[in-house]
Amino acid sequence: MKNINRRNFLKFSSALTFASAGLTSNAKAAPNNILSPDRMGVLVDTTHCVGCRNCEWACKTSHGHDAGDIEKYHNREVFKEFRRPKDHSFTVVNEFENPKNELIPINVKYQCMHCDKPACVSACIVGAFQKNEMGQVTWDGGKCIGCRYCMVACPFQIPTFEYEKAIEPNINKCDFCFERTSKGGIPACVEICPVEALMFGPRTELIRVARQRIKRNPERYKNHIYGEKEVGGTSWMYLSSVDASQLKLPKHKDKTAPGVSESIQHGIFAYFVPPLALYAWLGGIMWISKRRKEIIQEVVEEEAK
Amino acid sequence: MSHAAAEPVKTVKFFTPGVFIVLLVALNGLVFIAGRFIFGIGAVTNLDNQYPWGIWIGIDVAAGVALAAGGFISAAIGHIMHRERYHAIVRPALLTAMLGYTFVAFGVFIDIGRWYYIWHPLVMWNPNSALFEVGICVMIYLTVLYIEFLPIVTERFMGRVNLPGILKVFNNLLNRLLTFLDNALGKTMFVFIIAGVVLSSLHQSSLGTLMVIAGDKMHPLWQTPILPLLFLISAAGVGIPMIIFESLIASKSFKLEPEMKVLTPLASYVAPILGVYLSFKLGDMFIRESFVYLGEFTAQSIAFYIEIVIGVIVPLFLFLNKKVLKTPLLLFMASAMVVFGVLINRINNFVIAYHPPYADYPYFPSYGEISVTLGCAALLVLLYRACVMIFPVITPEAKANHS
Repeated sequence: MKNINRRNFLKFSSALTFASAGLTSNAKAAPNNILSPDRMGVLVDTTHCVGCRNCEWACKTSHGHDAGDIEKYHNREVFKEFRRPKDHSFTVVNEFENPKNELIPINVKYQCMHCDKPACVSACIVGAFQKNEMGQVTWDGGKCIGCRYCMVACPFQIPTFEYEKAIEPNINKCDFCFERTSKGGIPACVEICPVEALMFGPRTELIRVARQRIKRNPERYKNHIYGEKEVGGTSWMYLSSVDASQLKLPKHKDKTAPGVSESIQHGIFAYFVPPLALYAWLGGIMWISKRRKEIIQEVVEEEAK
Repeated sequence: MSHAAAEPVKTVKFFTPGVFIVLLVALNGLVFIAGRFIFGIGAVTNLDNQYPWGIWIGIDVAAGVALAAGGFISAAIGHIMHRERYHAIVRPALLTAMLGYTFVAFGVFIDIGRWYYIWHPLVMWNPNSALFEVGICVMIYLTVLYIEFLPIVTERFMGRVNLPGILKVFNNLLNRLLTFLDNALGKTMFVFIIAGVVLSSLHQSSLGTLMVIAGDKMHPLWQTPILPLLFLISAAGVGIPMIIFESLIASKSFKLEPEMKVLTPLASYVAPILGVYLSFKLGDMFIRESFVYLGEFTAQSIAFYIEIVIGVIVPLFLFLNKKVLKTPLLLFMASAMVVFGVLINRINNFVIAYHPPYADYPYFPSYGEISVTLGCAALLVLLYRACVMIFPVITPEAKANHS
């Protein structure tokens, strides 16, 4: 009796081994992306930003959201609390104390980073997110089912959801002014920035500029371009006088945001070989055990005669 | 058929005081479900932009799928390995899986913001997405489960269709349809049974892949690339305890003898699977050196201890003990601990472990969320009770002895 149980268990455990072999072997990378080498980006120089929040106003205006009077945005009271992008505020500016100079606070603008290898694009169940050739990560409301897996996946906690809506809740996030940038225009926030804290241009060019600024002004800048390598590179990048983590920019490694999740997925489904092999293997066991039962029954019946 | 036949339960009435309490819990849940559809997710849940997923995903969906694993485990043992003696548990496990997955699908329907687009994944594919794979597999598997359950329906009604009044004219037609179905299914059922096991292995593991993409947002005690393997093994491990757990509750509730002749040998499979799971879990912890977090006194470390000690280590020792396997009450407790362990594990993975970079407060489910989760569980229990009273699902122990 014990023997049979153990044999069954071995059968079972080999099924597990088999399944796990599918996970690890044959893992291949995700399909090639369509990214252009000339894709655009924005360099945010936090040492230039004065916290006027004109970008917030311009963002709302250009997306058809209720923006109100631009003068109201110059009220610095809002900096008392740390704000996050949400609903119709695709971008927000926050303020931090400057450890180097108390009189000049550091202002930081936040919005979608437009990752080169975005987790939201990889995660979305229906492919509602898209990484466009020129770098923009956009969301297609016609596909979205509102599962919020993009929010679970995003390493920068960017997509937000309209929880108060019973019908047609949207996922909201910066779309890099796709309407403008896809036609050669520049993003609304960059356009309005009065102090050139935001620089729009080809990503490779921006990295060159950023390196130059650091080289010319090593006291002014930390020797780190946030977003150059983080999560495999992002379209939006930051220069700052202090460590990025002090500006609440999350610390990330260089590996892409989807990480091993795509390799696991493609490993399990490598051309449907592992599932089909498992099917065939189980079918084999089923056939053998059924046949064995029949043979035993025949033998028993013959003996009975 | 050499084994005893299953038959509809006739020993008790549907309504008892206990059933009324369950009914109240179900109604309370339905009220909040209505609230969610009328006023939106934000009105009934504590979900927000920091915590997009709560207990509806962690319990109703993730734990629901795991606890319905009895369906594919019993199919593997009963049908694929052809262990005749376990036939008595195949039908109850199948019914549990069918109802369980129905409620998983219902849970998803409630949780997604645009529920009317639930069919989108069928035509809009993203093969890179673990969620896409889970979604497609669960949809196909749910269909397979309904097909696997059909022979039980045909067995009950074939040649016995007796519609009242004007509908009488359909009696003959329906009877012929059932006979045809019975014939066709009898010959092709093996295709669906194997498909069911394959589909289960796929989505049980992919459910683990889901949280891999959350990366650093997930506590290192749980975040590991072998999550899919751990999910698959734990699902396999909870399959049998869940069958035992239900069987013992059912025999108590329906005033039947506990089916120990089936459950005891079945329970002997559990310890080895738990052992394999524990070794992977601890091995992974040592390789990634995540044990350093066990020294901290946080909600996460406590949740991890509960999950691993009460859910795995203690029941592992219990299932190794022959006396436990033979004593209904002890076997019930050991099984309940494994069920509890997997439930906590799924909650930990999807809720407790999740900590986004800008979170400034922890998530705790609202009264509405808890009501809906409990309500769905209560509805499932009521439907199960109704089904075993209508369809031949449970094999009474007394009869099994005679054959």
